[in-house]
Amino acid sequence: MNTDREIDTMEKTLVIRNLHVNVEDKEILKGLDLELEKGKTHAIMGPNGSGKSTLSYALAGHPSYEVTAGEVLFEGQDILEMGPDERAQAGIFLAFQYPMSIPGVSMANFLRSAVNSVRRARGEGDMRVPEFRKKLTERMAALKMDRSFMGRYLNEGFSGGEKKRAEILQMAMLEPKLAIMDETDSGLDIDALRVVSDGVNTLKGDDMTVLVITHYQRLLNYIKPDFVHVLMDGRIVTSGGPELALELESRGYDWVRAEFAVPA
Amino acid sequence: MALTEQQLKTSEDQYQYGFHDEEAPLFKSKRGLSAEVVTEISKMKNEPQWMLDFRLKALKYFEKRPMPQWGGGGMLDEIDFENIFYYIRPSDRPEQDWDDVPDYIKVTFDKLGIPEAEKKFLAGVGAQYESEVIYHNLQKDLEEKGVIFLDTDSALQQYPDLFREHFATIIPPNDNKFAALNSAVWSGGSFIYVPEGVHIDLPLQAYFRINAENAGQFERTLIIVDKGAYVHYVEGCTAPTYTTNSLHSAVVEIIVKEGGRCRYTTIQNWSKNVYNLVTKRAAAYKDATMEWVDGNLGSKLTMKYPAIYLMEPGAKGEILSVAFAGHGQHQDAGGKVVHVAPHTTSTITSKSISKEDGRSSYRGLLKVHPEAEYSKSNVRCDALLLHENSRTDTYPYIEIENDRVDIGHEATVSKVGEEQLFYLMSRGVSEADAYSMIVTGFIEPIAKELPMEYAVELNRLIQLEMEGSVG
Repeated sequence: MNTDREIDTMEKTLVIRNLHVNVEDKEILKGLDLELEKGKTHAIMGPNGSGKSTLSYALAGHPSYEVTAGEVLFEGQDILEMGPDERAQAGIFLAFQYPMSIPGVSMANFLRSAVNSVRRARGEGDMRVPEFRKKLTERMAALKMDRSFMGRYLNEGFSGGEKKRAEILQMAMLEPKLAIMDETDSGLDIDALRVVSDGVNTLKGDDMTVLVITHYQRLLNYIKPDFVHVLMDGRIVTSGGPELALELESRGYDWVRAEFAVPA
Repeated sequence: MALTEQQLKTSEDQYQYGFHDEEAPLFKSKRGLSAEVVTEISKMKNEPQWMLDFRLKALKYFEKRPMPQWGGGGMLDEIDFENIFYYIRPSDRPEQDWDDVPDYIKVTFDKLGIPEAEKKFLAGVGAQYESEVIYHNLQKDLEEKGVIFLDTDSALQQYPDLFREHFATIIPPNDNKFAALNSAVWSGGSFIYVPEGVHIDLPLQAYFRINAENAGQFERTLIIVDKGAYVHYVEGCTAPTYTTNSLHSAVVEIIVKEGGRCRYTTIQNWSKNVYNLVTKRAAAYKDATMEWVDGNLGSKLTMKYPAIYLMEPGAKGEILSVAFAGHGQHQDAGGKVVHVAPHTTSTITSKSISKEDGRSSYRGLLKVHPEAEYSKSNVRCDALLLHENSRTDTYPYIEIENDRVDIGHEATVSKVGEEQLFYLMSRGVSEADAYSMIVTGFIEPIAKELPMEYAVELNRLIQLEMEGSVG
């Protein structure tokens, strides 16, 4: 293997090369290339149907998203053969656009199972209960979540805003190396958006890379990206700095389509 | 036709409590059932003539009744009644003191992990090991309050009048084939009398085990809750695995008098060759409350429908039932409520889980008599299927004989969804843990009604069931 290339991938949190993904035998991602720099915030923007959610599910390892070609290196390691639980244990986190509700499972019990599953996979012992509760209480306060959330069943009867906050809480407890946020702004009012964004901004640092997937530029006013990538028809067609998001907001996607000859 | 040993050996999988100790009983009856065996059992116990007559009459009922073809269907025909021991006695008389309990029995309890703390916290422990209650401990304050908590055989000897007044009044010997069998050969079980106005704050408990190969266990429990009194009785069972079929056929009768309340909690985890055929019935009188909390894991076939007769105005009944049917198992469970009097209320909540080719059925009866006007009832049964080949059926029998009633019925069937599993796994939880999380969440409404250590045990048993089931 090329030594230069190896060093290169080590400095990136995630390297995606020529990724092809089928959903129900239909090709959605058609040779996607993307590199995420460690500790940076990347945004992927694209029109409806461009493959944004497919990318996030494929990265998290959803069994219905079939990878037909390409490679995905996370910290230099190929993750495509890993199950969703192993990817999470390695440090990948997906904040869902539509989180599932699990009746009868309390937030506190679920979070403890998740945190300890990840710790065990890393050869660390279970987190002691007082330490866990202290951390949970702190993180909930930061997200302006009432303590009663601990006893509520996971996402059961949660409002849209509560679900998104609960996703960020999970992220805050699991402390991933790569956080993928799939349309996290959908269904949020401005106040909730600010709380959620503050949560992400507090967490991200030199160790956490963030990939924000969004249709609108609005979220990027709160979570400021270092890089913006445009996803159309299953490929990243252009990349740039934060100014690219503003341009997309004012001009729409048609000019991108025209400029990069993406079939409509 | 009975299954051969070879057939059964193949069905023997890793069963958590499938150890067994060497038997050292003092007496072991012959295999098979006859008037001679029944008479011998009664003689061994020095029973009064009326009990012997009762047993012999019950034996005739048992012999006359055809094998039920509903519920477990043909599975029942596989029971070989001639190949079962109907009575085994591990020691001469019930022990009074824990120190006197034979060591090999203590070893078994240790393996079951009965916590030491329970002895301190719980009001009394009646442990049924094989067919005799060998250990009873009743805290002094309960004795002073006049509470009787004995094995049923001792109660017959020590409180003959109280015993005879209530025994078999709720479940007559000809009620059904297996109640008749129990009536003929019963042994052990618990007898509880709670005097008027006495509240027992901590649950009374008994642990049951079938240990001798081919030992049928036919315990008989009778609970009398007098006016305004309260008791919570907890029964937990685990049994070791053997290579021939075991039969457990118990009868539980409960009488709750005016203003009294009784809660009866069971978590059963029979090994997967046990036929668990139990008749449980309670009568609740004026303003009395009866609650059955019934958890069924394990066994080859369970047929159990705790029943409540609401006899007088103001009586309330509640049945919570959980069944878990794993590979090769059939859980036919549910509940029955009969509204005899006006202004009575009832709820039945059933939750069943079917794993792999396991089959669970909800079978329930709700009957409202013509006189039982202004009665209310709500029935809810939820089934969760874990795999494509899992099966569930619902048989809700509803017989309403007057118009002035308020009846609700709801049934749901759900499958563990790929999206739910993916969501949990995307947080680092393994597939097996994700399954058991969804299952424990599903039964949480019932688990939270259990005493803490039983809820923990139930969740642990479900986790064990889920391990290795994911492929």
